[in-house]
Amino acid sequence: MTAPSVTIARAAGRLSRRLGRGGGTSLPGKVLLKLRPQALSELGRELPRGVTVISATNGKTTTARLVASCAREAGWDLVANTSGANLLSGVATALLDAQGRRPAPEAGLFEVDEAALVEVARQLRPRVLLLMNLFRDQLDRYGELEHLAALWTRMVAELPASATPVLNADDPAISALGAGRRGVLTFGIDDTSVALDALPHAADSTRCRLCAHPLTYDLVSLGHLGHWRCEGCGAARVSPDVRATRVTLHGATGIAVRIETPQGPVEAELPLPGLHNAYNATAATAAAIAMGIAPDAIARGLAASPAAFGRGERVTLDGRRLVLLLAKNPTGANETVRTVLLDPEPPHLLIALNDRTADGHDISWIWDVDYEPLLARAASLTLTGDRAHDLALRMRYAGHPAERMTVIPDPEAALDHAVATAPAGGTLYVLPTYTAMLGLRETLVRRGVAEAFWRER
Amino acid sequence: MSAAAVTLRLGHLYPGEMNIYADRGNIAVLERRLAWRGLGLEVTGIGIGDPIVAGAHDLFYLGGGQDRDQAVVAEDLARTKAGALREAVAGGAAGLCVCGGFQLAGHGYTGTDGSRMPGVGILDLDTVAGPTRLIGNLVIEAELDGERRSVVGFENHAGRTRLGPGSRPLGRVVQGHGNNGEDGLEGGVTGRVIGTYLHGPLLPKNPWIADTLIGWALEHRTGAPVALAPLDDTMEEEAHAAAVARATRRRGR
Ligand SMILES: [Zn+2]
Repeated sequence: MTAPSVTIARAAGRLSRRLGRGGGTSLPGKVLLKLRPQALSELGRELPRGVTVISATNGKTTTARLVASCAREAGWDLVANTSGANLLSGVATALLDAQGRRPAPEAGLFEVDEAALVEVARQLRPRVLLLMNLFRDQLDRYGELEHLAALWTRMVAELPASATPVLNADDPAISALGAGRRGVLTFGIDDTSVALDALPHAADSTRCRLCAHPLTYDLVSLGHLGHWRCEGCGAARVSPDVRATRVTLHGATGIAVRIETPQGPVEAELPLPGLHNAYNATAATAAAIAMGIAPDAIARGLAASPAAFGRGERVTLDGRRLVLLLAKNPTGANETVRTVLLDPEPPHLLIALNDRTADGHDISWIWDVDYEPLLARAASLTLTGDRAHDLALRMRYAGHPAERMTVIPDPEAALDHAVATAPAGGTLYVLPTYTAMLGLRETLVRRGVAEAFWRER
Repeated sequence: MSAAAVTLRLGHLYPGEMNIYADRGNIAVLERRLAWRGLGLEVTGIGIGDPIVAGAHDLFYLGGGQDRDQAVVAEDLARTKAGALREAVAGGAAGLCVCGGFQLAGHGYTGTDGSRMPGVGILDLDTVAGPTRLIGNLVIEAELDGERRSVVGFENHAGRTRLGPGSRPLGRVVQGHGNNGEDGLEGGVTGRVIGTYLHGPLLPKNPWIADTLIGWALEHRTGAPVALAPLDDTMEEEAHAAAVARATRRRGR
């Protein structure tokens, strides 16, 4: 690695931070990649324990934090990116920042945007590649899921034999990526108590990847994830190598899991609520096993990891507890609905919908979310964001009367209204899209109740 | 038959395959707006291999799907439903065909590789795949039953659609791409069938189109024009205005 490109790029980062632009989490990498296009593979090669890359439409940020926590418990020194900087440039920036750090980092851990993944994997040559799920996301940004699945299939096929793909057995599209390949590690949830009654409306990918016959589900856990089989060609979910055999949901505050692995069981209580976090914990455990981390370190790591910003994060504002549950696509939103419903109290809700680039300009997905059970129990409902009025129509046509919702497009005013509506000592559930979450967090940071995300470890 | 006792019969074509643009929102709007007026909606899913029973539906809905599903649907439409569907709409049944459904309502779709997917021909239009996707907020000035209104939604399509003389456009593009990004037209209408690239979904922010379809379908059901009781559409109007404002400012903030 030549010094000048690194020096210039790092200076750009310091300048960007001083100017307060997004914490400088991707600009230095952009500069570096301009000056030295092969920088990623050069910097990645220097890490003796190799690189782990994580991607998914849902849960990659939380899972990356869980894996990082496990690796730290095992005594590893890591270089990792922060969420929001999960494109090529964000990974490059993280590697750049770690240059000259003492002790030198031993391993890289990166969560990568699903559209950027193919290029990052090609350059970084990960030793472990964790692929968690493909849910219908922002159609206007990615094109359709089929296209992404085809790109990922080629990417996995081109991984060197020494690399370990870690794949979700419960997702038919992800599971198919490992077809015909040796050395795949699979994970899934075996606890049948988590089952849904039926496939949710937002489920996709319910045709067989091999013969296009509609899939049969013996158990649906989340979205289109579950115990699937094809009556057309006999393809079926494999019994996973790493499997959660017990998942206990502790209301809207946390979970307990028991996960069987080839190296022994992992038991942990996590301060992260909802079944989706049981998937994240199981995926993280599988990745950590593939990295060579022992079950006892994994158990400590899972228990020690705080919520990623905006993903089950809790803050206190004016005597009310705020629970931030990012909901950026139908499956994610359905899981936040399920999580809020675990609270025995009728929930106070603030739902925020933006349509900026990182959210996806197309907001039609809110009509695929099953808000109805939440509306039936809501103690109060405040709607905000660029597309607050679209949310209001969604709720109106779900049968929620106009007088039982408040529409305030300005997020800060809406936050104040929602907080004032919840009783002192009560809980306000905040369900924002990505940029709406960033905006609300900025307010919370300014008011001194939350940490800026780039200062987080 | 008096309108007070009427239940409209909606034939929802391929609800399992053609549903990716929040099509259930359109159906929820039809259902609520009928219910608020004391009318009913009976939704029957018509899937792969299912026949269309003559005279059984007042209104058809066909949404958009992923490419792979859409190819399966095109083949099934041609094989099991095209004739019955053409007869139904010739007999005055109404239809709403959105995105992929709009393309399949025409004569067919020619892919980038030259492959041809047949349509049912209830609208006089043809679609050819373009080199890029036309994506974004879309505002049009629409005309139905002699009345003109602003209609807003979102478009996302690779197909370039051109109308034949047997269909007139749903409207003229104010902001966005429309049928092909070139001729300034959006959608296609023949008789009581509306095809459009507008989703978002279409009907919540454009209740006027919902009520037009309901009126047409009621007329098919009862055999006479039906006056619909007005509803309080304040929230719909607010959302429409906000979406138009959003569409006409710069994107990508
Ligand atoms: Zn099969």
